[in-house]
Amino acid sequence: MLGRTANGVFWMARYLERAENTARLLDAGHRMALTRDTATSHEEWRSVVQTVGQSADYQLHHDAYTGMQVWNYLLRDKANSQSVMAMIENARTNARSVRTALTREVWEAINESWMILKDLFAKPVREVSLGEVLATIRRQATLVRGAVDGSMLRNENFNFFRIGTFIERADNTARILDVKYYVLLPSLAWVGSSLDNVQWESVLRSVAGERAYRWLNAGMMDPRGIAQFLILDRRFPRSLAFSIDKLRSNLAGLAHEYGHETGAHEQLRLLGTRFHELTIDAVFENGLHEFLTEFIASSRQVAQAIERDYRFYA
Amino acid sequence: MNHPPSSFDEMLAADGSVRAAYAGYSEWYEQQDAAVLRRKGQEAESVFRRIGITFNVYGDNAGEERLIPFDMVPRIVAAQEWRRLSRGIEQRVRAINAFLHDIYHRQEIVRSGRVPERLIASNAAFLPQMVGLVPPGGVYTHIVGIDLVRTGPDEFMVLEDNARTPSGVSYMLENRETMMAMFPELFTRLNVRPVQDYPRRLAKSLAAAAPACAGERPVVAVLTPGIYNSAYFEHAFLADQMGAELVEGSDLRVIDGRVAMRTTRGYQPIDVLYRRVDDEFLDPLSFNPTSVLGVPGIMDVYRAGGITIANAPGTGIADDKAIYSFMPEIVEFYTGEKPLLSNVPTWRCSEADSLAYVLDNLADLVVKEVHGSGGYGMLIGPTSSKKEIESFAAKLRAKPDNYIAQPTLALSTVPILSKAGLTPRHVDLRPFVLVSPKGIEITPGGLTRVALKQGSLVVNSSQGGGTKDSWVLED
Repeated sequence: MLGRTANGVFWMARYLERAENTARLLDAGHRMALTRDTATSHEEWRSVVQTVGQSADYQLHHDAYTGMQVWNYLLRDKANSQSVMAMIENARTNARSVRTALTREVWEAINESWMILKDLFAKPVREVSLGEVLATIRRQATLVRGAVDGSMLRNENFNFFRIGTFIERADNTARILDVKYYVLLPSLAWVGSSLDNVQWESVLRSVAGERAYRWLNAGMMDPRGIAQFLILDRRFPRSLAFSIDKLRSNLAGLAHEYGHETGAHEQLRLLGTRFHELTIDAVFENGLHEFLTEFIASSRQVAQAIERDYRFYA
Repeated sequence: MNHPPSSFDEMLAADGSVRAAYAGYSEWYEQQDAAVLRRKGQEAESVFRRIGITFNVYGDNAGEERLIPFDMVPRIVAAQEWRRLSRGIEQRVRAINAFLHDIYHRQEIVRSGRVPERLIASNAAFLPQMVGLVPPGGVYTHIVGIDLVRTGPDEFMVLEDNARTPSGVSYMLENRETMMAMFPELFTRLNVRPVQDYPRRLAKSLAAAAPACAGERPVVAVLTPGIYNSAYFEHAFLADQMGAELVEGSDLRVIDGRVAMRTTRGYQPIDVLYRRVDDEFLDPLSFNPTSVLGVPGIMDVYRAGGITIANAPGTGIADDKAIYSFMPEIVEFYTGEKPLLSNVPTWRCSEADSLAYVLDNLADLVVKEVHGSGGYGMLIGPTSSKKEIESFAAKLRAKPDNYIAQPTLALSTVPILSKAGLTPRHVDLRPFVLVSPKGIEITPGGLTRVALKQGSLVVNSSQGGGTKDSWVLED
């Protein structure tokens, strides 16, 4: 497999994952805004923009955080290099350039997603259609994942796709938790205090975990429990621990196919071992924000090691 | 059809009766509901979009991906017509390869006075870097497309040879897939010769031309300029179908005298490079120094026999439009036989008498640039305004060497499905030929291009032409 192709498959997966996560974030934000007064809902939208790391760019173009402005900015604004449309466009461009590494099903699912979203985003998205638009993004992402799952050989191509998916997912979950949890809380003293459940439900909704969490915890909205769930629960497919497990297994797949490990394996092993020993108490003791910042940095280092070891660029 | 077409129609005779090759199809067609057929046509279009069978447009809307319109009425060639055609094609392709070898070696054909020396020496398509070089297996043109036009029951003529990097074969294959998906019953009823094994044959043919240093299973890669190239779909399609890597210049590097591609496990040598990049961009050290599409040093590897480049660099000298007019002599010179396929009569504007004639008769002629392709930069006299003709005449006088002229041919027609039912449109045919040291293979049929505008003679996809599935019937 060409290094450039591995790179294309990896980034295709990352862009798809990011598009889907942005849609989930918007969904949670919208839900949140509907149940709040105007000032709080603007705060909520501001946190959504902050989570995807586009605050500075957003403020260049807009002076307020109204829902309609925010979702159109995050979905389709040409000025926003991180919009869902831009992500889908990037995913498709990568897919085109690695067309031979994909099955026809996967390519068609991506190409069709691009065509559908291009139509949906031709005009500004109004509130009446927002729900359907977000559902379409999630549905198309599911379709692509299903095509990958059902049609691709379990070889290097598949492993690079999965590695891209889980690097991105871990990063996104960590960011959501960081912004939603830490930034919204003025101090740790608030943790476990009187914040209402809607805020926590919004965190969970952003990662499609509200039902799973309720089921596991009999409906108790406990901030510490939610952090534990998103960071350490190996059963939840958007948790950091789950993503690291999957990364390890897909990187192991590469080592098996190629007959040797690389520096990336070593780095990921270190990260994984730390996770095995980690407790939620230790996380809070050292500071959740510090923990998440460090996690985001180490997962970026793992990604860079993979790019280097598998000759993505040179 | 109420008005019999003035050109030769391949489906209907002048008296309205159906020609033998179309009898089976016509019988089936009569039983179809026109509205259902049209709906199927629209479905086919959305399938093409989803699959991504598109080509990129250069110019005004750069980057836009367009569909090549597909017409669902097949172009049908009878078995014995095809036999005759393929004999002519094979003869021509053999001659082209012999000509290329000769041009880059002793130039016997120039010495014999049959082809003027200036046409070779001063021709941009002639590559001095190829002089004295014998490509692996002696093959210059591994893939050739011969563009044929028809003007009567037995009159097939070669309009153009494509000996560089002929494109369109993916449309031939996808058109067939589409037809089989839409009308399976037609293929049950009629014996249509299959084309689907083209990629496998191509892979085999390329492997057979591998250099001596290749292993038992030669490594074949397709070199593309990238996703913004107009034929990118085809490059990806062929690589995919052959199970070959699709590489770009940035993936390749010369290491230890071999051209190698950067894989996730390090650099791996390539034995055969099916390049879809023009000569000029192939090697910045030998040709255009600004090219980033090629591989620095690949020509040195090539000279040392370390890689097969398909098609060989410098094959453009054989399909140049100025050389074209000498093809009958070329075929005879190398095969010792009379050409089985004739040329379209051609005036070389480089010759004073011809130029005078062409200038006097511009309104009736088609004038083409010697090095042009894709239907760009040509004049079609009968459909041009007085003003267009005058401004073209000025260009022609300024650089007569740059042009050839041909009569406006009454190209044959095949019906397309329009709102009014079957209506005749002009067509050409590009059969695809594979050449390996083991022999020449011609895929039965090829790509039929069709001018969708009534009366139009321009079939190029870049100028609004469409395509049809092309059938060769079994006996």
